[in-house]
Amino acid sequence: MTGKPWKGRIVIVGASLAGLRAAETLRDEGFTGPLTLVGEEPHLPYDRPPLSKQVLLGRTRATEIGLPRRRDVDARWKLGVRAGAIDPIEKKVILADGELLPFDRLLIATGTRARPWPDPVEARLDGVLTLRTSDDAAQLAERLDAGPRRVLVIGAGFTGSEIASACRERGLEVTVAERGPSPLVGALGGALGAFAAKLQRAHGVDLRCGVTVTSLKGRDGRLTGAEFSDGSRIEADVAVVALGAVRNTEWLAGSGLAAGPRGVACDAGCRAFNMYGIVTDDVFVAGDVARFPHPLFEYQMLALEHWGNAVAQAEVAAHNMVSTGPHRRPHLAVPAFWSSQFGLNIKSIGVPTFSDHVVIAQGSLRERRLVAVYGYRGRITAAVTVNRAKWLEHYQYLIETAAPFPPESGAADRPDSAASVPSDVPDPQLLSHGPTVALTGHLPDRRLTLVRHEPTPTAAHRR
Amino acid sequence: MSPETLYQRITDYANRANPYPLYAELRENGVTRQADGSYLVGTYHEIAALLHDPRISSDSRNRADPSTVPMFRRNSQQAFIGLDDPEHDRLRRIAMRPFGPPHSPGRIDALRADITRISDGLIDEFRDKDRIDVVEDFAYPLPVTVICRLLGVPHEDMPQLRAWTNAVIAGVDVTPGKDEESRQRAGQDARAAMGEYMGDLSDKRRENPSDDMLSALVHDSGPDGRLTRAELMATGTLLLIAGHETTVNLITNGALTFLRFPDAYRLLRDKPELMPRAVEELLRYEPPVHLLPQRTPLADVEISDVTVPKGAPLILVLAAGNRDPLRFDDPDHFDPTREDNQHFGFGSGVHNCFGAPLARVEAQIALNALVPRLEDFQLSEDPPPYRRSPILRGPRHLPIERVG
Repeated sequence: MTGKPWKGRIVIVGASLAGLRAAETLRDEGFTGPLTLVGEEPHLPYDRPPLSKQVLLGRTRATEIGLPRRRDVDARWKLGVRAGAIDPIEKKVILADGELLPFDRLLIATGTRARPWPDPVEARLDGVLTLRTSDDAAQLAERLDAGPRRVLVIGAGFTGSEIASACRERGLEVTVAERGPSPLVGALGGALGAFAAKLQRAHGVDLRCGVTVTSLKGRDGRLTGAEFSDGSRIEADVAVVALGAVRNTEWLAGSGLAAGPRGVACDAGCRAFNMYGIVTDDVFVAGDVARFPHPLFEYQMLALEHWGNAVAQAEVAAHNMVSTGPHRRPHLAVPAFWSSQFGLNIKSIGVPTFSDHVVIAQGSLRERRLVAVYGYRGRITAAVTVNRAKWLEHYQYLIETAAPFPPESGAADRPDSAASVPSDVPDPQLLSHGPTVALTGHLPDRRLTLVRHEPTPTAAHRR
Repeated sequence: MSPETLYQRITDYANRANPYPLYAELRENGVTRQADGSYLVGTYHEIAALLHDPRISSDSRNRADPSTVPMFRRNSQQAFIGLDDPEHDRLRRIAMRPFGPPHSPGRIDALRADITRISDGLIDEFRDKDRIDVVEDFAYPLPVTVICRLLGVPHEDMPQLRAWTNAVIAGVDVTPGKDEESRQRAGQDARAAMGEYMGDLSDKRRENPSDDMLSALVHDSGPDGRLTRAELMATGTLLLIAGHETTVNLITNGALTFLRFPDAYRLLRDKPELMPRAVEELLRYEPPVHLLPQRTPLADVEISDVTVPKGAPLILVLAAGNRDPLRFDDPDHFDPTREDNQHFGFGSGVHNCFGAPLARVEAQIALNALVPRLEDFQLSEDPPPYRRSPILRGPRHLPIERVG
């Protein structure tokens, strides 16, 4: 950092990946003032990706996935307590236990929570679970250990598909219900969605697409099965609701910030917008709860539920919190995520849903090793690899330089120029699973009505 | 001088001790077409782009002019270093199963104690000597012992393997000279003999398995199946040669560099915990592999405004990229605490060095063991005599002597 270190009090609300990495970066940047981290969960920051993979397979326990620390953060940890509101005038965070945390700069990193089953009575049935936290994962792992006769997974996004994969690897019968035409279609589009469907069926998943679960059935408070919109029904002892995530923004309702169901809007420097679209100077946002404009995707606001984005954005936010104007940096990282399921390693760079066409540029669906490249109006916007991750860097370069789509042919493992096909990205409304990459348009979340109070003589008199 | 002759000058043995001014000239000239029709690249970002480009082949049989294909590549089974995906990927994946994660995460860590014991033993032997050849007395015997132990090659066969290895390296040498034909032929014969040797050894391990990597390879039954005998011969030969040749250079270059720069030496003597980072800096500053001469574009490829035509020999000078001022601050300075050091010491992209994790551990342990012993020593001659190859560049001998 250049110049004098910034002095003041910093509060970080959200004590998971983004919160922790921000705290570490603040200290790296030379910030020595008081730092408080607030976390709703009672646990110290832990790593979430293993929750739907290694933990369910019994390779590691949900209590053994604490995030490695880059350095000591010398912070006050307020864990197991929720932040209830912000007082934007007095600059205080009001905690659910009544404590007031005054701040000079605030970082909002409250992330998301699992979208619950819409029927609260059915949701309370014993055996109906969601998967977001380590406690959720511990419970689900315990259920799987007990050897249920059948597991129902509702929603075939990445989380749902990984759960189904873990079940099959453990030899458990599993039914997956997805309202959309195929698994993963919300993130990867039609061609790879169809591939994922074949893959799941080949691994013995009872995959039902184009249906919804109309009700969960129970007896004596225990889940016994489910009914589908096509009239069919199954018996199941465990149902995992994997309908995507809800952004934790309700607590910001009275804050005057541009916060809503699609996240908290911020600028490229992670500074939050208020509801008028004016950028704030002391409130920053990072991680899953943020939506930010990205120049590679026509400055649309992106909301990313990605591990790598949480880290990169937290680092930029923290740097900017203690830096002055010209020293601030933009968050420009190219979105990337990975998944492992059914023995495959799937990685993505760019935004596959920001596309109109897709081409298999290397490998093939048949080999289950491939690179799919996505294009939008003639330029490359994303690439997805299946067991071919080492090529990603090349495609990242093509995305960053807006290289023409389709990519030039001549790859050793794809000698014939392959034809591109429509990428078939569905309207997210039609899916069970919420997409983990959301293009959320250009506008702040709330539609404001401008109410002009004409200064009438009477009103003026009244004052 | 004309940039068209750069490759000739770089490979000229007279420039082996200090090729870096030529590399600066190469970077200055951008992508340069050589008089023989090959293309030379020495700037960091262009090398990075080409190493990651799926249209750049590692299989020189794709060259338009068959006479530029080395003899040993024309027939017989190739090792994965000279193949493209999907064959490269399949063979490398099978070879990785007994070597590293996810299937064998502990293999290299399990060698740490051995590596420490071997390097301490070698150092003990020259405790009382006043003159040491770092290559013969230390940098060569350590990695060769380790790779033989890892693969399961009997110790007594090492001299024979050394002779074959030298012939193979000479056979792929690109230094201009009259004896090229006979060198290539001798190299090919040595490669064939070494392949047979590895094939026979695999047969023995099939009968009598041990805990070594070759036994694991012949008994493995992963989703991609087992290597054929021909594949085993080629892969085993590659692992054996690449598994020690380059590490010899890395350790020797380490000793040479530490003796040249007393400040860096004192820093590492006092803070051995800096060694992992210092090894990365060595890999940047004096890499064991200086250039990749076997790449070939499968289509016309445009790189920084030059179109490299399909089938043309494409030569990537990694060591020049490692000193590119557009990528590294003060690139000609050896800084063992350098941050953001994404060098080409192990290449990059899908062919990124298979043995890198082993080489790192070996060099870190070896140099940390050696550093305290260098206290009273100085270089007997600087520069030391270099080996012939401009590709696998390193001192043939590194004589050092006790001060005073």
